[in-house]
Amino acid sequence: MAIENAVSADEIKVDRAKMHISDTDVAIDIVGMHKWYGEFNVLKDINLRVMRGERIVICGPSGSGKSTMIRCINRLEEHQKGKIIVDGKELTNDLKKIDEVRREVGMVFQHFNLFPHLTILENCTLAPIWVRKTPKKQAEEQAMHFLRRVKIPEQANKYPGQLSGGQQQRVAIARSLCMNPRIMLFDEPTSALDPEMIKEVLETMVGLAEEGMTMLCVTHEMGFARKVANRVIFMDQGQIVEENTPSEFFDHPRHERTKLFLSQILH
Amino acid sequence: MSQNDLHYVRTEMALPQPAPLRERGPVAWIRKNLFANPFDSVLTIIGMLIVAMILPPLIDWALIQAQWTGTDRTFCATVAQGGIQPEGWSGACWAFVNAKFGQFMVGRYPFDERWRVILVAIMFVALLVPLLMPRVPYKGLNAVLFLLVFPVVAGILLIGGVLGLSHVETPLWGGLLVTLTLSYVGIVVSLPLGILLALGRRSKMPVVKMLSVIFIETVRGVPLITVLFMASVMLPLFLPAGVSFDKFLRALIGVSLFASAYMAEVVRGGLQAIPKGQYEGADSLGLSYWQKTGLIVLPQALKLVIPGIVNTFIGLFKDTSLVYIISMFDLLGVVRQNFSDPAWASPQTPSSGLVFAALIFWMFCFGMSRYSIYMEHRLDTGHKR
Ligand SMILES: Nc1ncnc2c1ncn2[C@@H]1O[C@H](COP(=O)(O)OP(=O)(O)OP(=O)(O)O)[C@@H](O)[C@H]1O
Ligand SMILES: [Mg+2]
Repeated sequence: MAIENAVSADEIKVDRAKMHISDTDVAIDIVGMHKWYGEFNVLKDINLRVMRGERIVICGPSGSGKSTMIRCINRLEEHQKGKIIVDGKELTNDLKKIDEVRREVGMVFQHFNLFPHLTILENCTLAPIWVRKTPKKQAEEQAMHFLRRVKIPEQANKYPGQLSGGQQQRVAIARSLCMNPRIMLFDEPTSALDPEMIKEVLETMVGLAEEGMTMLCVTHEMGFARKVANRVIFMDQGQIVEENTPSEFFDHPRHERTKLFLSQILH
Repeated sequence: MSQNDLHYVRTEMALPQPAPLRERGPVAWIRKNLFANPFDSVLTIIGMLIVAMILPPLIDWALIQAQWTGTDRTFCATVAQGGIQPEGWSGACWAFVNAKFGQFMVGRYPFDERWRVILVAIMFVALLVPLLMPRVPYKGLNAVLFLLVFPVVAGILLIGGVLGLSHVETPLWGGLLVTLTLSYVGIVVSLPLGILLALGRRSKMPVVKMLSVIFIETVRGVPLITVLFMASVMLPLFLPAGVSFDKFLRALIGVSLFASAYMAEVVRGGLQAIPKGQYEGADSLGLSYWQKTGLIVLPQALKLVIPGIVNTFIGLFKDTSLVYIISMFDLLGVVRQNFSDPAWASPQTPSSGLVFAALIFWMFCFGMSRYSIYMEHRLDTGHKR
């Protein structure tokens, strides 16, 4: 896989010992969550606790509900049963709470979802200026800081339509980071990209992981999962079927469904 | 051929060469654009014949034979018709347009008070032109002046009755003044109201949605003439006796509401074209509904439907002529009214007056159209790839 060349093992300094796990360190807590689309029970009894600084990779066959689950965490989708508590705030119909949660949770989409009528810089400063009320000057400095970090400061005054896919996705990551989120959600951030671009985006994500960002990442980049993730979660038919450390997960999958999936994806 | 025989590989880069003569110059242009193939050639020849049939008589009538000066109908009538022109003469009677120009512009607005209209016109141009030019700064202030301050000042100046200005009743207004007032108010009201209605129609709140749908479908389902007629004849029946509403004001409201309904549907078309990902991108950043709508969705949606919006504006501009139904006279109305002026009635007056009115309408509509095309190009950020 592309990631094999992209990220060498020693680049990742995951210091697991540093993670003190206590109740106050819970970033996301999902308890007995169900979701229906009409009559269709997409998500069934999802239970997932994510600690601060944890990096979780979610994989599973198409249609298994990965996107739906991750989108429930910032309420792009509504759940009908059970509880989702993000950063100590429970997601209900309370719009104010939802906005509070969304401010703290960044999301990166498969198709970038940049705003095509705004420049890269404006894409990055929009939310800080309007949601966080950051002064424009300061927001711009901060945006440039993050654009440098994703290695495209020279594109700041271009429009999204003038950038390559990989560059657009890195802008999308920078745009999320400009809100200083405590949690980042990634929904197949590389699956619309060419191999070369996959590499540049994954490098950015690895950098984030090294800094201790809490990350939930739906991806089929198994190399990335193996090197960055604390835990890998496997979903099938709307349920979490298996959950393990990457090495255990890849080398000794327990569930039949997981074995089949891995054999298909790793050939 | 040996493997090392690479004579077909260039050893140095080729220099750019001038294009072959056939590709350049007027002859090439004509060949490419007018006579590319037999079908094109036939179309071109037919087109040229039509132009050749229409253009010379038109130029002859409008410029060469035309009567430019004169004080009454005798200048535009042949001897047999009681005028001074030779038998068989046919030319535009610009003398008529010249003599009635003031009326065409402001209707029966009192002569001594016309400076007020001129002052309003100057303010209108002085505020509109910088607003339309993207490079001029202070857009916010300019917009506030044009959309909020100007209507009030213009209203005071035109209507009067305060600050020592004599009162000029709206039935005295006419001509281009009425056309432009109706269009200005119609456009300024219908765009924001139309946007709100379009948002309302897509709202998740059932009551808001239902009210928007009912309004749009009702107004859109009846002819403008009916709306105007009802506004002037039916409305007073519902109002308590003694309460009277200015007829012109009623027309303004009627036209504005009518245009809003159309505008709402145009804008809704644009809203529907915005991908779901844009909403989700905005949501995921924590933008509120109004921030999302105002900063992300509307700028993109409105840009997409500029042609539709301008189409509605142009339709509105021309529909103002329908105020004749409530015996108000816009430019076209005043021109038609003057056909029957015995001092000027001649076989040439109607066509001259109508051509003049058409020219004025065309100038405004063409201006709007060109400006919208210019804006479309300017706002194009190349995201369509
Ligand atoms: N808006 C919707 N209405 C009805 N059903 C939906 C909707 N969105 C998704 N689904 C269904 O829910 C299931 C889970 O979809 P989801 O997008 O979460 O899958 P996924 O695991 O992300 O798949 P992929 O790997 O293809 O992205 C699918 O069976 C899909 O058909
Ligand atoms: Mg998905």
